[in-house]
Amino acid sequence: MAFQILLNFILGFLWMFLSNDYSSLAFAKGYFFGILILFVLRRFFQHRFYLYNVIAIIKLLYIFLVELVKSNVSVLKVILSPKLNLRPGIFSLETELEKEWEITILSNLITLTPGTLVLEVSEDNKTLYIHAMDIDDVEQAKLDIKNTFEKAIKEVSR
Amino acid sequence: MIEISKFIVGFLILQGSLLSLIAAIGVVRLPDPYTRNHAASKSATLGIISILLGLFMYYLLIDHHANSRVLLGIIFVFITAPVAGHLISRAAYNTGVPLWEKSIQDDLAKARKHEKSR
Repeated sequence: MAFQILLNFILGFLWMFLSNDYSSLAFAKGYFFGILILFVLRRFFQHRFYLYNVIAIIKLLYIFLVELVKSNVSVLKVILSPKLNLRPGIFSLETELEKEWEITILSNLITLTPGTLVLEVSEDNKTLYIHAMDIDDVEQAKLDIKNTFEKAIKEVSR
Repeated sequence: MIEISKFIVGFLILQGSLLSLIAAIGVVRLPDPYTRNHAASKSATLGIISILLGLFMYYLLIDHHANSRVLLGIIFVFITAPVAGHLISRAAYNTGVPLWEKSIQDDLAKARKHEKSR
């Protein structure tokens, strides 16, 4: 991915030199044509066309923001309810992610999800121990984490 | 135009301060360090982010100048707050702070025991 972006930058500069116009507009034009060229030549690269990764990163950011708002609403409900009827607990979650930055992002996401907070990552990076505010809907939370977050992170690193 | 932007700014800052207030109430009300950490690490994060966003909008819409430091501040808070929450609760767990008595499940204690018995 980084290689393709660098190549695209070089194509943008090349466009500037070819048209003898050293403004940012010329660079933007060259960058745009570079994207088209890279898209046409995409089967010569090892990884897929990099705009897909960029879109995946934007999706991940969007998930982050939505989860932040949702988790705030749920914490707000718990705090402002007149009776504290929460049932906290710690549950474990197996993760399929391998690289360390992926696990970091996953645990940050889990911390910002409604009612969950990462307590510990096991030595072999395979299990996350998560403190939940309401243990009742753990299965649902597990499924959510598996289906949305892990998928989104995998999509970024593909 | 200026009225709408004032409304947006005011809404963001009010929302942020309300969220911070609720986080403070949560820290007082909740029973054990872990649940308190839930309140502190989530509500305070969004509270600070919306206050800073309101500040950014104020500079941008009313003073007409984009202050990039405020944006950087938002990003730093957004990245570091969950990590801080994680580290504090992990340190609490490792120094043996007990869970609330109404807690139901403790998989981490099981895993620790399993490790020791090996």
